[in-house]
Amino acid sequence: MSNIKYLLLRRSTQLGILFLYFAANAYGWNILAGTFGTSYLFASIPLSDPYTTLQVLATGFVLGADVLLGAAIITLFYMIVGGRAFCSWVCPINMVTDLANWLRRKFDLDKEEVNYRFLKRSARYWIMVLGLIVSALVGVAAFEVLSPITIMQRGIVFGFGMGAAVVLAIFLFDLFGVKNGWCGYLCPLGAAYSMIGSKSLVRVKHNHEICTNCMDCKVICPENQVLHMINKESISVTDAECTNCGRCIDVCNDNALKFGIRNFINGGNK
Amino acid sequence: MEHSNNRRNFMATSIQSVGLAALGGMLWSGYADSVKASPLVLRPPGALAEKDFLAACIKCGLCAEACVNRDTNVDKETGLQRPGTLQMAKGGDTLLIGTPFFVPTEIPCYMCEEIPCVPVCPSGALDMPSLLNEKQELDINKSSMGLAIVHKESCIAFWGIQCDACYRACPLLDVAITLEYQKNDRTGKHAFLLPVVQDSACTGCGLCEKACVTEEPAIFVLPNVVAKGKAGDHYVRGWDEKDQERVKNAISKETRTELSKKTANDYLNMEVEY
Repeated sequence: MSNIKYLLLRRSTQLGILFLYFAANAYGWNILAGTFGTSYLFASIPLSDPYTTLQVLATGFVLGADVLLGAAIITLFYMIVGGRAFCSWVCPINMVTDLANWLRRKFDLDKEEVNYRFLKRSARYWIMVLGLIVSALVGVAAFEVLSPITIMQRGIVFGFGMGAAVVLAIFLFDLFGVKNGWCGYLCPLGAAYSMIGSKSLVRVKHNHEICTNCMDCKVICPENQVLHMINKESISVTDAECTNCGRCIDVCNDNALKFGIRNFINGGNK
Repeated sequence: MEHSNNRRNFMATSIQSVGLAALGGMLWSGYADSVKASPLVLRPPGALAEKDFLAACIKCGLCAEACVNRDTNVDKETGLQRPGTLQMAKGGDTLLIGTPFFVPTEIPCYMCEEIPCVPVCPSGALDMPSLLNEKQELDINKSSMGLAIVHKESCIAFWGIQCDACYRACPLLDVAITLEYQKNDRTGKHAFLLPVVQDSACTGCGLCEKACVTEEPAIFVLPNVVAKGKAGDHYVRGWDEKDQERVKNAISKETRTELSKKTANDYLNMEVEY
C-alpha cells in the first residue's frame, strides 16, 4: 500500500471536498457550500478563487467584501502552505487527466517523445494574462465561460447538461493529444496557483545519496521538468509547477523523495 | 551565422506567439460575447441590470442552494424536498454558464418573505439594498425580476369566458393584477373580467404564468428590458408635479430642422417613396 499512500489521500480529499459541495445543495449541509468561485466554510469563512476574483475585477465590477476576503484567505493558504496543491488535491479535473495519463501508460501511448512546436509549457501563463484581457474587453469573467474545472464541479453539484462534453474533450485531449496537455500546458488556473505558491513551505525533498536513478519518479510526474535534480543534487523541488501531488514519493522504492519544509535560511532551496 | 539564426528564430517565435495570442484572444472574446447575449432570461430578485449582473456573478450557486434548501420548500403531502425555483445555467442552456435563472412555467418564484437567495450573494450581483423598504427591512415586493404581459388574443377572459386564474394566483392580489369590468356587447347581458397588469406593482415572479389555464400561457413574464418602453425626457405629464421631478436634470438641446421648400400641394400630389 505504501506506493499509493498519497494517491489515496489525494483521491479522498478530492472526493470528500466534492461531496461536501454536493451535500450543501442536496441536503442543505453547511460545512462547505458554494462552488470554487466563492464558497463558505461552516457558513462563515469565505473562500474565493483568486483568479476568478481577478477576472471579475478586470470587468470593472467592484466585488463584495466577502469575495475579496475569501480570495485573500485562499491566496495566503497556498502561498504559505500548499504551493500548487489545489491542482492535485482539490481540482476535480485532476481525476480526469490522471485517468487519461494512466491509460496512456497502460497502452504505451507516450513511448515516443513528441516535440510540440506550438505548445510550450509557458502557454498557460500567457493564457492566464489573455483571460484577464478578454474579461476586461467583453465584460464577463472570460475563463469562467469555458472552465472545465467549475463546469465539472457545478455538474456534480447541480447537474451537468451539455457541460459534460467539455470534460470529455479535456479527457480526449489528454489521452490522444498532448500528454498532460490541459494541466501542464493550457490551464490558466493552474498557472495562477503556480505563481501564488511559488515560495510555499511544503516541498518534495530529494536525497541523491540513496537514489538509484531508476527514473520511476520522472515517468509518473505530470510536470517532470521540475525533477531536474534527480540523482544529481540533494535539494527540494522548488519549481512553481510542482503540484505537490506526492506521486514521485509513492513510486520511489529507494525512499529518496519525501515531503519536507523548505529551508529558506540555508539558501532557500535546500 | 549561428548568431543570425538565433535572431531569426527569436523573431519567428515572437511573431508566432503574437499571432497565436491574437487568434486565441479573438476566438475567446467572440465566444464569451456570444454566450452573454441572451436577453430572454429571468434572474433572481434584486439582480443587477443584465449587463452588470453578467460581470458581477461569480457563479457560486449559493442563491440556488438557499432557494432549494429553504424551510418552506417541502412537499406538504410527502414531506420531501421539492426542486428549487433557481436553476444554475448548464452547458446547452444558451445562457452564460453557471449563472442563476428561473423559468416560471417550470417553477415560478414564490416570493419568500425572508428572501433567502439574496443575502447569501457574496459578490453583489444580487443587490440587497435595492430590496430594502422605508423601514430598512428586506421586502420581496420591491423586487422587479420582470413584468407580466397579457396576450389579449389568447386570454380567454378577453373572449368573454370567465377566468381569473392569474388574478387569484398573484401574490399581490388585486394590486399587481387588477380586474377591469367591461360590458360584453356580443351577449348584451354579460361582463368581461379583464386582467390588467400594474407595472408599478408587478414583481415578475411568474405565479400568474404558472397558473394560466391556456395551452401556452396567455400571461407571461418577460425581462424588464424586453417588456418595457421608455418615454424619455421629451415627454412630461405637465399636470403631475412628481413627473416633472423626473426630468429636472434633463438637458435642453436646441435642434433645427430645415424647412421644406416644397409647398403642401407638392407634398400631397407626390408619389409615396418607401
